[in-house]
Amino acid sequence: MEIILSIVLIFMIIGALFALHARDLLSALISCGIVGYGLVICFLLLKAPDLAIVQIVVETITLIIMIAVVLDSTRHELKKTAIERKWKSLINSKALVNVLITVIIGIVLLYSFRLAITHLNPFGEHTLRMSEAYLYGGADKTGSANLVTGILFDFRGYDTFGEATILFTAAIGVLTVLRIKGRK
Amino acid sequence: MTLFILCFVLFLVGLYGVLTRKNIIKIFIGLSFMEFSTFLFLVLIGYIEGGIAPIISKNITNPVYVDPLPQAMVLTAIVIALAANSMLLAIAIKIYKKYGTFDIRKISNLKG
Amino acid sequence: MKGMSSIVKKTTQLLSGMIFLYGIYIITHGHLTPGGGFAGGTIIAASLIILVLAFGSDELTMVKRKEGSSVTESLAILAFLLFASLALIIGTNIFFHNYLPEGIIGNLISAGVIPLYNILVGIEVAAALFTIILAFIIYKEEISK
Repeated sequence: MEIILSIVLIFMIIGALFALHARDLLSALISCGIVGYGLVICFLLLKAPDLAIVQIVVETITLIIMIAVVLDSTRHELKKTAIERKWKSLINSKALVNVLITVIIGIVLLYSFRLAITHLNPFGEHTLRMSEAYLYGGADKTGSANLVTGILFDFRGYDTFGEATILFTAAIGVLTVLRIKGRK
Repeated sequence: MTLFILCFVLFLVGLYGVLTRKNIIKIFIGLSFMEFSTFLFLVLIGYIEGGIAPIISKNITNPVYVDPLPQAMVLTAIVIALAANSMLLAIAIKIYKKYGTFDIRKISNLKG
Repeated sequence: MKGMSSIVKKTTQLLSGMIFLYGIYIITHGHLTPGGGFAGGTIIAASLIILVLAFGSDELTMVKRKEGSSVTESLAILAFLLFASLALIIGTNIFFHNYLPEGIIGNLISAGVIPLYNILVGIEVAAALFTIILAFIIYKEEISK
């Protein structure tokens, strides 16, 4: 299980790196889709079918919106002269300092992350604390066979209500930002 | 443990994209990578080896379920991320209409 | 925005209803099988979006539809709040209390108010996503003129 997940994750990282360096914005968006659909496979392997259904549809709708935005404007990356500037700056002595700073910051962040997860259980040996009450009493209390829905709408109802409010606010915000004609 | 490290590497890739790219769409793609890695990390914590999906069934004796609480939290977070992303794209398309470019170095009217 | 070719139009016409029904199935069985209001709502929104993308759009009809879906979204979230605060009036003093009888685990009509919440959240999510997409399409129409 761990090996398959690692392979999917490495594939996702390669797709992410390609998406950030693509010359064409359309191919960048399609490689962004690699990462999103790889996440769906991870959710299915981790026994979370609810999340997989939501993520596969949400990723498709996000891609539709992004492609609609990009097709209206310039598809190409910013400057043709970017390659020349890259070669020029490689010769420049500043480039070495920049790469060194990036590597040092990456190593420091990884080391602090390693320190932060030392008290976490290793993968696959999670101990239930709060969730034990949800798992063994939740079905009798709510009457719902799907425990995720039971938690979402009964024990954590405030969360769902706040989420619905945020979605409402975002729709109102998009309508306000994209309005051209004023109301008479 | 390697899975957690790989998940954090995906987060670092998104951070690198946000900090170094000059195109607004690329910055947005980097932000979405950071969101994805956070979702994956939360679900990875709740996994139990040999567990089944948290749906109660009478036929299975002595079941071991994976933790349903992180899944419920991530389910709301995914839809919120979609709403926030569409808001960001609306602002990006307005910026393109006003300045004619996605380049953040050319958008200088925000200087005080 | 212009529509696509007639093959795409016919296929979309045949498929869209089935996708819509699948979304309704996901919503109503949300407390028994994987799925629920969020997943079903996004699927219903997708079934409406492919119709708009295949058949093209005319600005005047789109504006009317946008107002309709925006009103639907507001009504759904209001009904959600009313259902939740109804628990305050009936006996118990708990917001979001499950006041209907629970029934047998595994039946379609069970779990108290959870299926009703599922249906309302599904309507809300579908209307919100469709409103966002329509806002983008109307903006493109107005820009291209």
